[in-house]
Amino acid sequence: MMLVDFSIDIPSGEQNMASKYETVIGLEIHAELSTNSKLFCNCEVKFGSAANTQTCPICLGMPGVLPVMNQRAVEYSTRAALGLNCKIASYSKFDRKNYFYPDLPKGYQISQYDLPLAYDGYVDYELDGETKRVRINRIHLEEDAGKLVHADVTGNPNQSYVDFNRSCVPLLEIVSEPDLRSPEEAIAYWRAVKEILEYVEISDCNMEEGSFRCDANISLRPVGSKELGTRTELKNKNSFQHVLTALEYEEKRQARILDEGGEVIQETVLFDINTGRTASMRSKEEAHDYRYFPEPDLVPFEVDAAEVERIRASLPELPAERRQRFVAEYGIPAYDAEFLTATRQMADFFDETAHLSGDPKASSNWIMGDLSGLLNNAGIEIQDTQVTPDHLSELIQLINDQIISGKIAKSVLPDVFETGNPPKQIVDEKGLSQISDASAIESIVDQVIKENPGPAQDYRDGTQKAIGFLVGQVMKATRGKANPQMVNQLLQQKLSG
Amino acid sequence: MATITTDDVQHVATLARLEFNEEDIAEFTHQLARILDYIGKLNELDTTDVPPTSHPLTLRNVVKEDVAKSSYERDVVLDGAPSVEEGYFEVPKVIE
Repeated sequence: MMLVDFSIDIPSGEQNMASKYETVIGLEIHAELSTNSKLFCNCEVKFGSAANTQTCPICLGMPGVLPVMNQRAVEYSTRAALGLNCKIASYSKFDRKNYFYPDLPKGYQISQYDLPLAYDGYVDYELDGETKRVRINRIHLEEDAGKLVHADVTGNPNQSYVDFNRSCVPLLEIVSEPDLRSPEEAIAYWRAVKEILEYVEISDCNMEEGSFRCDANISLRPVGSKELGTRTELKNKNSFQHVLTALEYEEKRQARILDEGGEVIQETVLFDINTGRTASMRSKEEAHDYRYFPEPDLVPFEVDAAEVERIRASLPELPAERRQRFVAEYGIPAYDAEFLTATRQMADFFDETAHLSGDPKASSNWIMGDLSGLLNNAGIEIQDTQVTPDHLSELIQLINDQIISGKIAKSVLPDVFETGNPPKQIVDEKGLSQISDASAIESIVDQVIKENPGPAQDYRDGTQKAIGFLVGQVMKATRGKANPQMVNQLLQQKLSG
Repeated sequence: MATITTDDVQHVATLARLEFNEEDIAEFTHQLARILDYIGKLNELDTTDVPPTSHPLTLRNVVKEDVAKSSYERDVVLDGAPSVEEGYFEVPKVIE
């Protein structure tokens, strides 16, 4: 195999092709299922263990062993398929996909060819405020391959190294129809699928660990044409940004070839993160010929309608429904709903906080603003913080009951985040509650008027805004704890008296 | 005779990473054609109402529980490998 750099220089601003060609993209998304054990043996499914410590004769492909299907893998696949609006096949079977590669110890992968578990689904996703739909052709279950590592293990660049811990981990493949019309659409759809799989809790979709990845097919055709152009394929990507950059590059590269009257060659292209370009991977072997045949070691599968309905009933509310409900039930803006449903955990957090506090908009503002800021700084997710919906709703109530100001609340939240103590306790311990006792404020107001005769006189003379300065001075003297409305009122009384 | 060409045989041999001389290829072409002819007898049956068979057994849904158990010791796993490095199976360099 050799690498041939396409070495085309494309100015980054070049966009004129958009009018001439239509881009057609389809994705094959792979998600590892978060089962306890592997698909056909009882080795543990766990990322990050020492190489080859989670293997046995079955997942090492030793002769004479017998794979047995993991029940939960089938159930998880069904959950995912229902979440992606697919039909569940009443009868499905497994097949051998034959090819040689060092990460595939048997010389074949157990996959599904003509009778996959599920088919005919769709996903609705949002892009620039518009809802779009991608049809799903099929979903099938297969075993993952081992992991190949290169020179970084031993420093020897002439060898490769194989770790079979990942071999035989259950892998779901979700094949879309070529319904995507731009790299941005492809990414938005990919994100939507990730969201759904996380909601139905069948995969952790950890992109860095490689448990959620995709192959992308891209081709161009003249605008108005119904026929598909020749496609190129980007393999095994686990970064939204890389796929976006690679697809954008391919889009321009193919347009350039077509503009010059050339032909796109159907092939797999490699994406170089450093140059932001793709390169051809001209393999010596011609087209893949996998010679699929039925897997004799696994008997077929039948899923009855009652079982499908039981699983359907157990599915949680999915992101799209949840967004709609948030807008309808809580009256928050669509933008907020979109943000809050990005993960199931955040949506749960909001749901609970809005309920407890009775103030959905404030709940949304706090989660999207200060809480997200704290989470980002700490590099953690909402499910990992000590702040609970109880805490946040308590904080919102403290503001609404005028016990603390919004400004004080902003200083309380980081404390809750650090200590896990309830906001009320922090407010009490630090003496942060607003001074609403008129007599206590009155003496401070008198003091401020006395110390600032100039602005006081300005206000008496009719300069309304001078009062703002005086309010500020009182707030400063009380370290923000005075009730601002009350200060305002008292100042007006005193100055007009 | 069934139609199978020396090119077909060469293609299958390549996919299986096997190398044969021309004499062998010719012989295998002849043998495979005879095998296909023999299997071809099935075409004489009327299978209009017979559903496609993917498995000879009538068993369905044979599954195991999703329970993780201990794996093999790594030393045992790597023992049969021709080449091993730092707990990995060592193989000729591949890219992709």
